[in-house]
Amino acid sequence: MNETGNLKIKFTLNGKPIEYMVKPNWTLLDLLRKELSVLSPKEGCSRGDCGACTVLLNGKPVNSCLVLAPQIDGKEIVTVEGLIEDKEFKALKETFIEKGAVQCGFCTPGIIVSAVALLREKGNPTVQDIEEALEGNLCRCTGYIRIIEAVKQAAEKLQKTS
Amino acid sequence: MEKEIVTLKEKLNVVGKPKRRVDAKEKVIGKALYVDDLRFPGMLYGKVKRSIYPRARIRVIDTSKAKALKGVVAVLTAKDIPGKNMVPIIVEDMPLLAEREVRYIGEALALVAASSKRTAEEALKLIKVDYEPLTPVTSPIDALKNTSPKIYGENNIVISYKLRKGDVESGFREADVIIEREYRTGYQEHVYLEPQGIIAVPGPNGSMVIYGSLQCPHYVQKAVSYVTGIGMNKVRVVQVETGGGFGGKEDVPSWVAGYTAVLAYRTNKPVKLIYDREEDILSTSKRHPAIIKYRTGAKKTGELTAVEVKYILDAGAYATLSIPVLWRGTVHAVGPYKCPNIKVDSLAVATNKVPCGAFRGFGTPQVIFAHESQMDLLAEEIGMDPIDLRLKNALEEGDQTATGQVLRESVGLKETIRRAAELSNWHRKRREYSLLKGVKRRGIGISTVFYGVSLGAAGKHLDKAASLVHVFPDGSVVVFQSLTEIGQGQRTVIAQIASESLGVKFEDVYVQQADTSIVPDSGPTVASRGTLMPGMAVIDACKRIKKRLAAVAAEMLNTTPENLVFENGEVYNVYKPGKGMLFKEVVKEAYNRRVNLGAEGWFEAPFTSFNPETGQGEPYFVYSYATHIAEVEVDVETGKVDVLKVTAVHDSGKIINPATASGQVEGGILQGLGYALMEELQEKDGYILNPNLTDYLIPTSMDAPEIEVSFVEARYSKGPFGAKGIGEPSIMPTAAAILNAVSHAIGVRVFSLPATPEKIYWTIKGSGRYT
Ligand code: FES
Ligand code: FES
Repeated sequence: MNETGNLKIKFTLNGKPIEYMVKPNWTLLDLLRKELSVLSPKEGCSRGDCGACTVLLNGKPVNSCLVLAPQIDGKEIVTVEGLIEDKEFKALKETFIEKGAVQCGFCTPGIIVSAVALLREKGNPTVQDIEEALEGNLCRCTGYIRIIEAVKQAAEKLQKTS
Repeated sequence: MEKEIVTLKEKLNVVGKPKRRVDAKEKVIGKALYVDDLRFPGMLYGKVKRSIYPRARIRVIDTSKAKALKGVVAVLTAKDIPGKNMVPIIVEDMPLLAEREVRYIGEALALVAASSKRTAEEALKLIKVDYEPLTPVTSPIDALKNTSPKIYGENNIVISYKLRKGDVESGFREADVIIEREYRTGYQEHVYLEPQGIIAVPGPNGSMVIYGSLQCPHYVQKAVSYVTGIGMNKVRVVQVETGGGFGGKEDVPSWVAGYTAVLAYRTNKPVKLIYDREEDILSTSKRHPAIIKYRTGAKKTGELTAVEVKYILDAGAYATLSIPVLWRGTVHAVGPYKCPNIKVDSLAVATNKVPCGAFRGFGTPQVIFAHESQMDLLAEEIGMDPIDLRLKNALEEGDQTATGQVLRESVGLKETIRRAAELSNWHRKRREYSLLKGVKRRGIGISTVFYGVSLGAAGKHLDKAASLVHVFPDGSVVVFQSLTEIGQGQRTVIAQIASESLGVKFEDVYVQQADTSIVPDSGPTVASRGTLMPGMAVIDACKRIKKRLAAVAAEMLNTTPENLVFENGEVYNVYKPGKGMLFKEVVKEAYNRRVNLGAEGWFEAPFTSFNPETGQGEPYFVYSYATHIAEVEVDVETGKVDVLKVTAVHDSGKIINPATASGQVEGGILQGLGYALMEELQEKDGYILNPNLTDYLIPTSMDAPEIEVSFVEARYSKGPFGAKGIGEPSIMPTAAAILNAVSHAIGVRVFSLPATPEKIYWTIKGSGRYT
């Protein structure tokens, strides 16, 4: 920590090592959006209720509005920007578009991140698994039906190709 | 011209197909830019100082300390507003910033612009407001008492309507059965996932550009012009990707843009103002709480003989949209049924609470809950199946509505009821569920609605739409129109309509987002008018261009324009299929011949009327219809309801895109489920106790029931390819269907929304059943 109370943290963001001076009270969401211009995580509530800000922290989905920047020192952060070439993401991208699982899209990056984490953990999730994995991601537009179907279909596609 | 439409109707290549959304990919890869994702050089951050009292006189607002804070660029109060201190909605009663008195908690008092959001937040705390608290009026019933303080006009009534048909007293005398009940409904918060947000950017020559999350760019343009004093010709409103609206971004962005524009004007810097969730819930519009007294008379055989309704809305502190909301609720109060004798009296009453406004359904879900509960009570009383009772009274072509309007075409109502009954296995389940015993009971319930599409007689002057279409030498097409994409798939549907009308490939059409400097005022994106109105305007523009192209193509193909078919990017002689040309070849030739390849389109809504004395007339030019059937399981020991399935059958005319239309219905059903069972904004003495998503619960993935959607496509001759509207009918029947199913399951009825587990539990307890 320096005299202004800032501290230097090191972490990887979407595979790239980063060193950054942060204030102890910054959230990870602020660091990503305001400082680093990583814009796919969205701010819907700032208190862990909506899931629009979901990112992967060491592979696990977290609400980045609830994580303080200093807590990610030495950790790995992944957002949709870093998933573009990922096989789970590619499958989800296709099925989300095909199934019409996107309406206003504000919840979408967060949902995709949660779904990627699920598909990495469970290759063949049940509908119940999917509903549980997405419980923390609110969507006010779609009614969830198409999202759940899209995740299910992406899993099936991945099973076939692997 | 007529012939063209007929040809297209017979063979549609793009319309009616589940085309992929044009905006899906950007959204999935996280590249879609919402207002908070935009930045401008030198941009400041705005914040709003808000009232902490429901009603108080303002003695002094001291901004000196806030102004002195490092990083603060401006602190403004009412006297700093360059134009009028007024947000123009329907009437002009709401100031941009309160000056002498605050009328609800969350009302805006002062504005801050600072170099960072945090500094702006700090500055808010340093603004000192000296209040003299006054006794607030927080219930509409109290507001109507003679002894109540007068907080709005002479009698606290914002607006009232009446509807009279036949003679209700003699109707009730003729009745064999009379059902009389009172219903109550609570607030519903929109919870668009993206909170309100605007950026205002001052430009050269005193101009201003507004970028924002909004439904109604032309409303915002007017409001910004009002408060800044800048001419409308120098105010440009550009809608950016919008994270949901549902009515919540109809009027509210006018205030948000008003604050932002005033800050940008005074600082001469771009200013961004994004609400946080709590601020959004506390200070923006919601669905009106309501009290509905309902009296229904009917014959033993089921025919309605009289309906009498008293409908009271809690408007909040200012009129905003209560006037049209109440009007729509009044016109729809009887439901989609024939009844010769009707008396409806409705009132919107002012209270010292946040102004309520537009929410999907616009004053109808409240009365639907009442009339559909009444229908089930009546069915029970006379021993008739709820489906049969509805079929007996349901409107058909040639019938008269409550306002005396004769329905001349496109009435698919009965088919929605029949099909929903069939798809849900109504008769079997109704029987089987009635026999269940034990802790978990099941029920099945129905609700049927109609919905006047577009603004109707109350919004006549706004009911028009424009478009601008350009065809380029490479054969590609751009469409401008100024209704907005707010998640519903509007741009995709408009692209389909343009592509079908011009006969070009869907992929070759690009629909721009709304921009007030390009397209003439087309009214708001509300009232399920986003397909019909701009769709017709786009068809109009496409026809003009096609006519010019047809003249060229006819020469090239050695035939006459009438013989030409434009489809799928090709142009050919109908008698010589397979020997045509590419659309782009025709365009190239036309371009070389200096043919104008751009055209403006225009559409004015068909005739509507309304007599304020009797409520009689033709309030809407056409109606959509819907029936939902819900199946539930209720735990009689806890009152918890699990919605198992909703069968939704909609007549919205021709469906342009079955995928996006189903998406609308599914989303509407989940919002309706929330309204029915869980969404409860707790308010006490004007204070909202749960302004966050931890305590205001909306449905999650765990609550999603099975949903089966089906469309009855009763085409409307004046809609694009026969389309009507779908956005709002998708939520309207759900809550009432669920409540009817709950009451079928438990044998007792809940008369207020939301029917939380607690409320259901106590209703069961109070009934003395299952003890
Ligand atoms: S913004 Fe983080 S959970 Fe809502
Ligand atoms: S698509 Fe709008 S919130 Fe999910």
